[in-house]
Amino acid sequence: MYFEETEYGKRFDINVVKKLAAFAKPYKKTIITLMVQMLFLALVDALFPKLSQYAIDHFAVKKSLDGFWVFCLVAVGLVVIQAANVWLMIRNAGTIEYGIPYDMRKGVFKKLQELSISFYDRTSVGWLVSRMTSDINRIGITLSWHVVDFFWSIFLVIIMTVFMLVTDAGYALMVLCVVPALVIISMIFQKKILFNYRKVRKYNSQITAAFNEGITGAKTIKTLGIEDDMLAEFEKTTRQMRDFSVRAATVSSIYTPLIILLGSIATGLVLWKGGFEVSRNITSYGTLVLFISYAVQFFEPVKSFARVFTELQYTQAAAERVVTLLETENEIADSREVITRYGNMLDSDKSEWPKFHGHIVFKNVTFRYKEGENILENFNLEVRPGEKIALVGETGSGKTTIVNLACRFYEPTEGSILIDGVDYRERPLLWLYSNIGYVLQEPYLFSGTVKENIAYGRKETTMEDIVRAAKTVNAHDFIMRLEKGYDTQVGERGSRLSTGQKQLISFARAILSDPGMFVLDEATSSVDTETEHLIQDALNRALEGRTSFIIAHRLSTIRSADRILVIDKGRIIEEGTHRELLKKKGYYYRLYTNQLMEEQKKEAFVKA
Amino acid sequence: MRKLKLLREYLRGSGMTYLLSMLSVLLMTVFSSMVPLVIAFTVDYVIGDKPVELPAALASRIDVASGISTIRNNLWIILAVLVVITLLQGIFMYLKGKCSAVAAQASSKRMREKLYGHLQHLPFDYHVKVQTGDIIQRCTSDIETIQNFISTQSIEALQIILQVIVVLAVMIAMDLKYTLISILLIPIVFVITVRFFINMMKVFVRADEAEGHMTATLQENLAGVRVVKAFGAQNFEMEKFDEKNRTHRDLNMDIVRIMANFYGGTDLMCMLQHALVIAVGTYWVVRGQVTIGTVVAFSSYAGMLVWPLRNLGQMMGFMGQAFVSLGRIQEILDNKPEDYTTGETPPVQGEIVFEDVHFEYEKGKPVLDGATFRIEKGQTVAILGATGAGKSSLVHLLLRLYDYKKGSIRIDGVELKRISRQWIRKHIGIVLQEPFLFSKTIRENIGIGCGRVEEDRILAAARTACVDEAIQEFGMGYDTLVGERGVTLSGGQRQRIAIARTIIRDVPILIFDDSLSAVDAETDARIRKALRERRKDTTTIIISHRITTLAEADRILVLDQGRIIQSGTHEELIKVDGPYRRIWEIQSALGDEMEEMTV
Repeated sequence: MYFEETEYGKRFDINVVKKLAAFAKPYKKTIITLMVQMLFLALVDALFPKLSQYAIDHFAVKKSLDGFWVFCLVAVGLVVIQAANVWLMIRNAGTIEYGIPYDMRKGVFKKLQELSISFYDRTSVGWLVSRMTSDINRIGITLSWHVVDFFWSIFLVIIMTVFMLVTDAGYALMVLCVVPALVIISMIFQKKILFNYRKVRKYNSQITAAFNEGITGAKTIKTLGIEDDMLAEFEKTTRQMRDFSVRAATVSSIYTPLIILLGSIATGLVLWKGGFEVSRNITSYGTLVLFISYAVQFFEPVKSFARVFTELQYTQAAAERVVTLLETENEIADSREVITRYGNMLDSDKSEWPKFHGHIVFKNVTFRYKEGENILENFNLEVRPGEKIALVGETGSGKTTIVNLACRFYEPTEGSILIDGVDYRERPLLWLYSNIGYVLQEPYLFSGTVKENIAYGRKETTMEDIVRAAKTVNAHDFIMRLEKGYDTQVGERGSRLSTGQKQLISFARAILSDPGMFVLDEATSSVDTETEHLIQDALNRALEGRTSFIIAHRLSTIRSADRILVIDKGRIIEEGTHRELLKKKGYYYRLYTNQLMEEQKKEAFVKA
Repeated sequence: MRKLKLLREYLRGSGMTYLLSMLSVLLMTVFSSMVPLVIAFTVDYVIGDKPVELPAALASRIDVASGISTIRNNLWIILAVLVVITLLQGIFMYLKGKCSAVAAQASSKRMREKLYGHLQHLPFDYHVKVQTGDIIQRCTSDIETIQNFISTQSIEALQIILQVIVVLAVMIAMDLKYTLISILLIPIVFVITVRFFINMMKVFVRADEAEGHMTATLQENLAGVRVVKAFGAQNFEMEKFDEKNRTHRDLNMDIVRIMANFYGGTDLMCMLQHALVIAVGTYWVVRGQVTIGTVVAFSSYAGMLVWPLRNLGQMMGFMGQAFVSLGRIQEILDNKPEDYTTGETPPVQGEIVFEDVHFEYEKGKPVLDGATFRIEKGQTVAILGATGAGKSSLVHLLLRLYDYKKGSIRIDGVELKRISRQWIRKHIGIVLQEPFLFSKTIRENIGIGCGRVEEDRILAAARTACVDEAIQEFGMGYDTLVGERGVTLSGGQRQRIAIARTIIRDVPILIFDDSLSAVDAETDARIRKALRERRKDTTTIIISHRITTLAEADRILVLDQGRIIQSGTHEELIKVDGPYRRIWEIQSALGDEMEEMTV
């Protein structure tokens, strides 16, 4: 799935603000302190020109040092206060910048743990990662630094305006008359600049993607001999990047001169009026200097206000995405009755759990992912405790759906699934999950040590248990041959181990919890002969005495099953043992002669 | 020094533009330093009554007094002068921005393209050995660091340095003693800043890593969600993530606190410097040593020195990073690319001869150990062998991805080592076991490297590869995007698209490196039949385990431990004892088993 992200937020959404406010609540004090601090920061910023004014009027013009030392003390005092304020402001903003995102990530992560598999089948990992990283980071920055900039610029503009009006309304008007132009130009340009910036980032990620493809596809590119075509195409992307970046830089370099020009017009106006009035002693030198300072000082807060204003729109879009994620309805969750009885999904009371026997019944199960496209229709199946079921059929026949339903990764659209005689929706999810031993087609390991992977998800596992599990599935010997034995790091997703080794470890992991039910999506990928045999042997031992569902690809696995179900278009078209099905000379027979035998031969060759 | 050379190389070609932007920086700085002077002049001479002192030679020619009084009577002149100066300053500021962007973007474009091209032409062996993630990081974030350096940091740094020089010159010309007072604390702030940011680089890297760990944990959790659920490990995962999340937060908060100390401290010094300028200036005005205008000007100039110099210090702290990045990119460029084009370009018909070929990836571990065989033009030859027997190496050698050590490989009588790599690869089509498709449309994937291709050829190739039907079923047909942003293809579909992509090139030699294994036996047979009908004189090498596939070949080669141990047709091989017959016997045995059951 690919999502074209909405860049701008819709109209102001009160729900999003409420949700953000809930996250900001623990930091209420810090945020309020921060706002008050910004008031003082702005006040002192506006006071500095006042100091110059005072110095000029009281000492320089009058040629007297009366009170000069007191004045110096006040100035130094203000400087120290301002520096202390900056120090505290950065600390407070930082607390918010990283504190709120921490809480949000924690919250979203919890939500993600609860959401059902169907959600994950619709949503790409990359998309979720962007929500958790860039979107949440952006919210953190907005709630801290954008708030800082926003309040600072507003306070500073207000204070300066008041100071000017109080000092001299005539000069104040001279300075303020450029402000509307300042605001309009800033708004237009900041919007454009930020838009360009994001566009450049987009081109940049295209370049990254191109590098990625050029490097991971190196073998294919070489064997096709298309190095130069690839480079030519890459040059197209870099050319776009260059052209747009230059255009973006051009826009930015028009903005600043315009702003400075406005400042200088204001300064000139002040000097024009001042030159006349100061020489006639209508206005003091100090006042003139004060207004010259303010004329220049006005542009910084207006610029940062315009920037924050634009940034907010992007943050709004980011916040909307995060909030939507947080409010995603969970399709598979424990019912209220179950929660009352056993506790909530992530924290269930295990002492109340019933024993798991592994008697599974599909009763008139109909299932569809999309309206009007039934994958299963009135599907019935009874699996006795300890029975081994092999599911055979083409891709898309419904094998995986049956397994997904049995695991309660999905729930039946109609009908019900009974485990030990009770509809599984009346039992806690965690109870079922804790009783499943699950091995994926492509074994999935987490980065960490071999030991941690086998003991995955459980904290009170002894080393003996781990070794016993590893021995049961024939993993112990190869693990001991690894550099650091059980403490060997497996790398990201187990990348430092071979496929076969990963499979063995995932068997050990599945068997450690002594599950009542085993689900196995057998790998199609080939591993070396020796490992292949170890896996087969491990499989037999792992499945011993457990109810199991196997999406089978290997003949030996299928043969050892108690019952083979041949699935086609969501129905069981043939059912029985290997021998029984061969005799039927039906679908299974064809499958066997066409495909399964090939594998047998391949193996025989390698043995020979 | 080599790093500087590398940097120069990228800047070459944009030299004039760079020069122009530097010139603009200089002029812009000159004009911006004039603004405080105009104000000072107005305060002292126009508003105040300080007489203008001009050198005698000038004074005699210019009627200063009447000039000043003209200005006094027409104060709009001041406004006009200010506007003109800032307009000029603005024009050069714009030119600086524009020129430096043009130059910097052009050079980073060059750098990216050079790196990309270089990577494409590095030998296959390099790509096998390096870690993809590391290389991608270098090509993206390191280049970005350098780009920032050349496009922003270097120009800004230059601007600050020029500004400091010009402003200092003006200040010294106005009043040396006052100048010294005005820059008293600046060197200290500067040194502190540079040292601070150099030290902080390590901490920043740690914070980046913490974020990386957090993201990795998240990604792992999301990608493995089925395992997490099936093991009921949500609480465990939440604790694991919380730890990374917390580390990330705590580390960044530590950084913020250090930053608060730094900015609080240096702000204090900078503001004190500012206050010092005003206090000392005022004191001296009272003593009659300087004019009010000078104080006003110096107070502006102090601002033009203090804050930019702190920024410069910050930039210099980060500059180290750019040089580290340059080094990391140089490391890639230091690898020698393979010679791609030199060599003979003989017509390729399709006759292949291997004569006592020896090859090893690692010393002492021969992969091919005297392989000898001959494939006639137009023949279909199947190769059978266990994992590690050397099948893929045969293919690698044929495509000159590696070169053989001993022996001889001849294509139509020409020694392979003498044929240009590009030439031979253009004439051999190979379908890899795990084909890589590009994130383009299916049409573009099939036609890749062929320039403009007619629709008919694409369709014909797709039909031969038995993938046309599957493609038509996608919503967008041949315009469907492949990969993350489009459809996810099954293994079999990917392989068949890769087959179409290879056969559309109509090459004299075709190789299927175990590439039919992901399609079922029936489709496999259909594809081979279609291929035979498409072109009769193509030399075809099929690496496969499928007996039905092998049996149909003109000849079967059995490879074991780097040597050909059996060669012949199906009929010949089942008559002699060997691996091929053993497999065939198993097949018969299975057949018997069936018969026995159906009786």
